Amino acid sequence: MMKEYRTIHEISGPLMIVEKVEGVTYDELGEIELSDGSIRRCQVLEVNGDKAVVQLFEPSAGINLRDSKIRFLGHPLELGVSGDMLGRVFNGMGQPIDGGPAILPEASRDINGLPMNPAARDYPNEFIQTGVSTIDGLNTLVRGQKLPIFSGSGLPHAQLAAQIARQAKVLGGESNFAVVFAAIGITFEESEYFVNEFKRTGAIDRTVLFTNLADDPAVERIATPRMALTAAEYLAFDKGMHVLVILTDITNYAEALREVSAAKKEVPGRRGYPGYLYTNLATIYERAGRQLGKEGSITMIPILTMPEDDKTHPIPDLTGYITEGQIILSRELHRKGITPPVDVLPSLSRLKDKGVGVGKTREDHAATMNQLFAAYASGKEAKELMTILGEAALSPTDLLFAKFADEFEKRYVSQGFETNRSIEETLNLGWELLSILPRGELKRIKSEMIDKYLPKKD
Amino acid sequence: MSQGKIIKVSGPLVVADGMSDANMQDVVRVGEQRLIGEILTMTGDQASIQVYEETSGLGPGAKVETTGAPLSVELGPGIIENIYDGIQRPLEEIVKKIGSNLARGVEVPALTREKKWAYTPVAKVGDKVIGGDIIGTVPETEVVLHKIMVPNGVSGTVEWTIKPGNYIVDEVVAKVKTEKGETVQLTMTQKWPVRVGRPYKQKYNPVAPLQSGQRIIDTMFPIAKGGTAAVPGPFGSGKTVVQHQLAKWSDVDIVVYVGCGERGNEMTDVLREFPELVDPRTGESLMKRTVLIANTSDMPVAAREASVYTGITIAEYFRDMGYAVAVIADSTSRWAEALREMSGRLEEMPGEEGYPAYLASRLAQFYERAGVVQCMGSEDRVGSLTAVGAVSPPGGDLSEPVSQGTMRIVKVFWSLDASLAYRRHFPAINWLNSHSLYLDTMKPWFDEHFGPAFMENRNKAMSLLQEEDNLNEIVQLVGKDSLSAGDQLTLETAKMVREDFLQQNAFMDVDSYSTHDRQMRLLAMILDFDRLARDAIAKGAPLAPMLEIPSKEKIGRAKFVEADKYVQEYAAISQEMEREIAAIVEKAGAEL
Repeated sequence: MMKEYRTIHEISGPLMIVEKVEGVTYDELGEIELSDGSIRRCQVLEVNGDKAVVQLFEPSAGINLRDSKIRFLGHPLELGVSGDMLGRVFNGMGQPIDGGPAILPEASRDINGLPMNPAARDYPNEFIQTGVSTIDGLNTLVRGQKLPIFSGSGLPHAQLAAQIARQAKVLGGESNFAVVFAAIGITFEESEYFVNEFKRTGAIDRTVLFTNLADDPAVERIATPRMALTAAEYLAFDKGMHVLVILTDITNYAEALREVSAAKKEVPGRRGYPGYLYTNLATIYERAGRQLGKEGSITMIPILTMPEDDKTHPIPDLTGYITEGQIILSRELHRKGITPPVDVLPSLSRLKDKGVGVGKTREDHAATMNQLFAAYASGKEAKELMTILGEAALSPTDLLFAKFADEFEKRYVSQGFETNRSIEETLNLGWELLSILPRGELKRIKSEMIDKYLPKKD
Repeated sequence: MSQGKIIKVSGPLVVADGMSDANMQDVVRVGEQRLIGEILTMTGDQASIQVYEETSGLGPGAKVETTGAPLSVELGPGIIENIYDGIQRPLEEIVKKIGSNLARGVEVPALTREKKWAYTPVAKVGDKVIGGDIIGTVPETEVVLHKIMVPNGVSGTVEWTIKPGNYIVDEVVAKVKTEKGETVQLTMTQKWPVRVGRPYKQKYNPVAPLQSGQRIIDTMFPIAKGGTAAVPGPFGSGKTVVQHQLAKWSDVDIVVYVGCGERGNEMTDVLREFPELVDPRTGESLMKRTVLIANTSDMPVAAREASVYTGITIAEYFRDMGYAVAVIADSTSRWAEALREMSGRLEEMPGEEGYPAYLASRLAQFYERAGVVQCMGSEDRVGSLTAVGAVSPPGGDLSEPVSQGTMRIVKVFWSLDASLAYRRHFPAINWLNSHSLYLDTMKPWFDEHFGPAFMENRNKAMSLLQEEDNLNEIVQLVGKDSLSAGDQLTLETAKMVREDFLQQNAFMDVDSYSTHDRQMRLLAMILDFDRLARDAIAKGAPLAPMLEIPSKEKIGRAKFVEADKYVQEYAAISQEMEREIAAIVEKAGAEL
């Protein structure tokens, strides 16, 4: 018989102190039984002698210190995983909420997972065609990569993420494909948008949804992404599926973490976030990847809204240090009506070089990618100069660069959320735009390549 | 030895009582799973312990046992080509044993006990030996001759040595009779505590450059063998690529690469790519001189703190054999964060931004273990240890404590710039903010080996870049056309220095590595253009046609000329350039 305690001494925010406990261990899961028989879950954060500090995953409202009972279950928070989870909807704590039958778990997994041995990782290098030129052409996504979208409030990150989920495919590959979607503190409407998108494209049968909405308990959000990743790991590495994980919004997750940290009275790091935010985020993001000798993979697209569009805010900053690049959305481009408003210059995919070239995309990909970036940067500089000094101050070459930048934004970046461009189309469009510039300026491309691909001017 | 018991668990920090037998900094085993931990503080018989593995499932009452020894690494054949975690557990062996994920409580020896090494004794019976003397050698890989040294503190007369042959590391290979008359049995391995620097006879000033094959480093901001450098930069500015390039192409004998709290895939990249790459100096694979320490960001945070010490201790061991060693740590900021996390859990009074007050002194201690030294032992061996650390300042703001603490110590500073990275100017090392304090100390070396032109050209290129920066401010106000022809030429040459010389593509085989000779010739060619064009302007020739000459475009592509052809090609371009500019001067003269 499991021992029950009626010794809850203190509740303050998401934290609770239980006294006179025995045999309680760090990270253990606990259940609180209220006098009306309802159950709330919690986790041990610290044990000191016979005192345990536990963190609630659910609201503390209604817990009576005298009458409520607490028992510790001897294991950390676990998720029962099964292939039958596909097509189902769960709440942020992994309980089905779609009215369907309970899941018969094939295995029970600790939601914290285990770190992947770097020697057992397989390097991600398989090109994923998303159909979005700014990603395929310039910030190439590969299988097993973690590539976040840095957005701001009011920017269309959901549309872009849905477009990627809808269009993503591996060239010439089979598709044992699944989507794991975790809504972390987002609104009902935003979550419905994704659900409807998945329904519209028929992907819903291959999707596992975890939803913690804005009105669900904030502390639950600490568990939600881990639930989703535990399911994703099972599907990828046990069932051999290629899983795309979309986590939205990481900013809400970090805020929940800050709330618990503040309740624990920890020494805060920057902007009140705990000093271990980096390590904590890493234990989420680093679960993406591929493993040697295993069929499946986890590709991760976390979405975060940058407070005040500030990239140096701790959440985007630390995320950028962990993830393999970032797609940044720009408010300025959004105002100009460019969709998707991808801010090309600060966006980056660190794994692009391994995913492009002969046998993956095309031989000219790497060189034209660099050339387009460099030319767009020069074009933007020229345009800035133009606003200060007027058009007359620009050399003929600078004027061409300015023209290039405009055309590039209009035709290459702004493709709309419904257009699905093949990589060939994206690369050819790139060459077409480069033909605006004098040939001598195309220093990053080998002459043979220019001869072969540059459209001849008539 | 008596056992302690846990009284408190808070994340990676465990407090145990009944630990009066333990010493400060002892390694302890915690709980049933015998997790590895290290004592940080002692109060009475209570010890605060940082545990190097996940503490989930530990609770009060679990037993704690001290090993009586500080955190140490095992040194001997089998280190090279290996990948270790932060406390020297071999990761590939762990995969074989338990699969793809890291579970807790795995025990695997750091050095393989199965492999037999071809051992050749060097010391003979009757030889007098002291600590650091070489008693035998093992060809560990095709390029590394592992020298088995007498451990520090042991001295006496060799009584017996084993015959040449193949032995495992635990085999006794020599016996030494000390002056006290005791016989010490020596194997191929020795242990050393990671937090203590290995001793040397004498330290020297570094005077010779480390050749990295990276133009902006070797020519503009060179680092000396035995020197220290930091690479700070915001995310996405290419820190890791710079670090990988150094690990690949540095002309040192051994590279120890420490992945400290960084991405798992980056270590995998090194692990998969290095065996394929050929070292231009030895013709063998780069992995055959490389040791990897990987404590990625999702691995336990306490072991991250230990990883840089594990790395530098291994590096010192090879330095003691007389080798040039480079230790490359990516990133020291994550190491500092691990320090901060433990400090917070110990409830220490925080310094700046929550970092402990001893952050700067810990950083200094780490970098101070670099240097050129005369090694221990009776013979005159000189080894060097170069330390390069990446710094990841939050938001790219260098005023934070880790950047500041590092800048005060290191002599070379390669400052990465996000705006350069956005323009895809790689390596994104900002030439105006970076510095190298070795320029003066290494000048004699450069003058002797490359002639005085090397430093002259370097300084000339730097002043062009500085001048460009000043001129750009004017251009912003009044436009380019109002500049004199000479100033316009300066802008043009500076652009060539930036684009045709400083930019280097790490992912293009022919451009990834550039020898000193090639760097010199390329820069000289660009400066020749400047000199010729300036003369021509003085003679009344117009600038515009000179910017259009075909040889100038060829300079732009000169980086991509194959390594065996560049000497002739560059000479041909220079001649063509002289002809073309002379023709313009002539035409201008005729028109006048």
